[in-house]
Amino acid sequence: MSLFAVNILDGLVTGLLLFMLCSGLTLIFSMMGVLNFAHASFYMLGAYFGYQISAYVGFWPGLIFAPIIVGVAGALIERYGLRRVHQFGHVPELIFTFGLALLIEELVQFIWGKSQKAYEAPLALDFPAFAIAGNSFPAYKVFMIFMAMGIFLVLLYILTKTRIGMIIQAALSYPATVQNLGHNVPLVFMGVFGVGTAMAGLAGVIAGPVLGTFPGMAFQLGSIVFVTIVVGGLGSLWGALVASLLIGWLQTFAAAYNVGMSDLLIALGFEKPLDLANSALRDLWSLTLPQVGPILPYLLMVLILIMRPQGLLGKRET
Amino acid sequence: MNRFTTILLAAGISAATMGATYAADNIKIAFIDPLSGPFAATGKQGLAQYKFAAEELVNKKGGVLGGSKFEIVAFDNKISAKESLIQLKVAIDQGIRFIVQGNSSGVANALTDAIKKHNRRNPEDRVIFLNYSAVDPALTNDKCNFWHFRFDANADIKMDALTDIIKDNGNIKKVYLIGQDYSFGKAVAAAAVKFLGEKRPDIEIVGNELHPIGKVKDFTPYARKIIASGADAMITGNWGSDMVGLGKSVISAGFKNPIFTYYAATDGITKTFGEAGEGVVKLVGEGQLNPPVSDRADAYTKAFKAKNPDLDIGQPRITNVMEMLARAINDAGSATDMVKIGYALEGMEHDSLWGTKVKMRTVDHQAIQNVHILAHTKSGITHDYDNSGYGLKTESTVEMASADAPTTCKMDRPAQ
Repeated sequence: MSLFAVNILDGLVTGLLLFMLCSGLTLIFSMMGVLNFAHASFYMLGAYFGYQISAYVGFWPGLIFAPIIVGVAGALIERYGLRRVHQFGHVPELIFTFGLALLIEELVQFIWGKSQKAYEAPLALDFPAFAIAGNSFPAYKVFMIFMAMGIFLVLLYILTKTRIGMIIQAALSYPATVQNLGHNVPLVFMGVFGVGTAMAGLAGVIAGPVLGTFPGMAFQLGSIVFVTIVVGGLGSLWGALVASLLIGWLQTFAAAYNVGMSDLLIALGFEKPLDLANSALRDLWSLTLPQVGPILPYLLMVLILIMRPQGLLGKRET
Repeated sequence: MNRFTTILLAAGISAATMGATYAADNIKIAFIDPLSGPFAATGKQGLAQYKFAAEELVNKKGGVLGGSKFEIVAFDNKISAKESLIQLKVAIDQGIRFIVQGNSSGVANALTDAIKKHNRRNPEDRVIFLNYSAVDPALTNDKCNFWHFRFDANADIKMDALTDIIKDNGNIKKVYLIGQDYSFGKAVAAAAVKFLGEKRPDIEIVGNELHPIGKVKDFTPYARKIIASGADAMITGNWGSDMVGLGKSVISAGFKNPIFTYYAATDGITKTFGEAGEGVVKLVGEGQLNPPVSDRADAYTKAFKAKNPDLDIGQPRITNVMEMLARAINDAGSATDMVKIGYALEGMEHDSLWGTKVKMRTVDHQAIQNVHILAHTKSGITHDYDNSGYGLKTESTVEMASADAPTTCKMDRPAQ
């Protein structure tokens, strides 16, 4: 039971971290129709900038400045790169962001090298906040939870209660009409792209010390981010939150319990082959839940696409 | 996309090598290991060590066969077996006859099969496979062949040495085994179960599991299980980012007992563990850097560091590969007669730069050498890793570990 409680908390951390990445991407995706392959690369950039700044002036300035730098870089890339490519249609856009992802990875390797960087959580948070049955929960993870929650609330407020938010929401559905009403839609796009990438950068700063800061980190998270926004529903902030938490818990619990395929098959009434080593279904029988854990989010995505193509909380067909 | 880039790359590489003007008698050695992707750091470091060893230990001493120089040619296999076979083809097409590879036994298994097949079909241009790191025991047992030579102690030998140490530690009563889900991870787990059962049947194995290799983003759920199991020690064969992720999660979840590892050092791992790893992280392996075994080893390490300030000698055995290959080529009197070179290598006894004797066992082509238990520590470190002040210090040594361990290898030998 205590292990269950710890896993709930761990899953929450994973889910909220995922949410910080997805919230920006889902807005960008639904607004511009751009599958931004480079989104996770901005997350990586955030981690590396945070690491570099922390090496000189400590973690906290990095937490503030790294996302700003990433956001400005994102906005500039939108203004001078993506916007020009946009007029040629979706395929050039896709290729542009894909190339950008490769470029950023190479750039990171070129500047910081290929090995993992010793990016550490700040000393002020480097202690166990509490322990459940010997399992200590680091204070840094408590900080992560509050940080992500805070961001969610701020974003929600901006999108639903402010004038900027209303224009963004309107531009999501009817960009041409909003433009005819005299709003500068390209500027809105640039702003959303900048804020979205800054959020990814912030996620990187926060996740870098926990999940490791290395050139493969973008690649590791890249595809799961897309899965999450498709599951949650494009353009829906609540959807992104629900899907992130769902996937966070799914992955945590799948890794935490050693339920075997054989248990499941026996429960379904199948008989275990006596001579397992020579059975054709040997691999199926010896599978365990932690081993299949990584594919569960993708399975969930396929199911969602079949049952509810607009996503859990999405409003329009994808 | 992947295939396309490979072809492009291959074309690029061959164009580049053809265009360059090399001394006609350079002996080329293909280095096939990951130079991009999650395990790139390990591959890049290996490559630097090969280049340095070839230069310092062979070329600067006049080369082999009276003047031929070693030249390391790098091929990026992205840690994929399929990619490695393509790169092997490219290397063979370029006329390269010596293949070195080490990262991932999955890759080594694919390469050794492909090379065996190639050598059977093309007796005119055979290839020798120098495996410097892939430690799946099968490579020198069931899957052994004449063309494969392993310079690292295999997973069984390391586990034998490790369990010798655990045997004498009365505090350890519960052990948790965790590893990457592929041939090597399985081999480590199997060896641990076997040797612990023989040497300390009272030890309870409270966990034995495999996780997907290179795909786990957050090891926290695994760390929770390990702590909940009440383990007094943990054994893992993890490497690369999987090692850092696992180690950091386990330590930050409150684990204070020893973590016995195969590869928890250098490539940023030592620096990442830092103080948290002191007294916790242990490593079983060959090659002693601290304290330095001789002035020569000390000078070699310093010179490597001067040339590659950001890299470390993470795989000391690479010097043995270069020196022993050079000797074998000289003994054979030819850099092209692979049968003669193979026979010269097997049974060779070599005084390693790192103070051990290395004997390439004839029966299975497994190098027998001293194996150490090394502690991650700050005190008494002459040569640190990751410029962190922390490094590996020899705690205990098993002399010529597993020198008479049995093997199931039945080798078909070519006619001499």
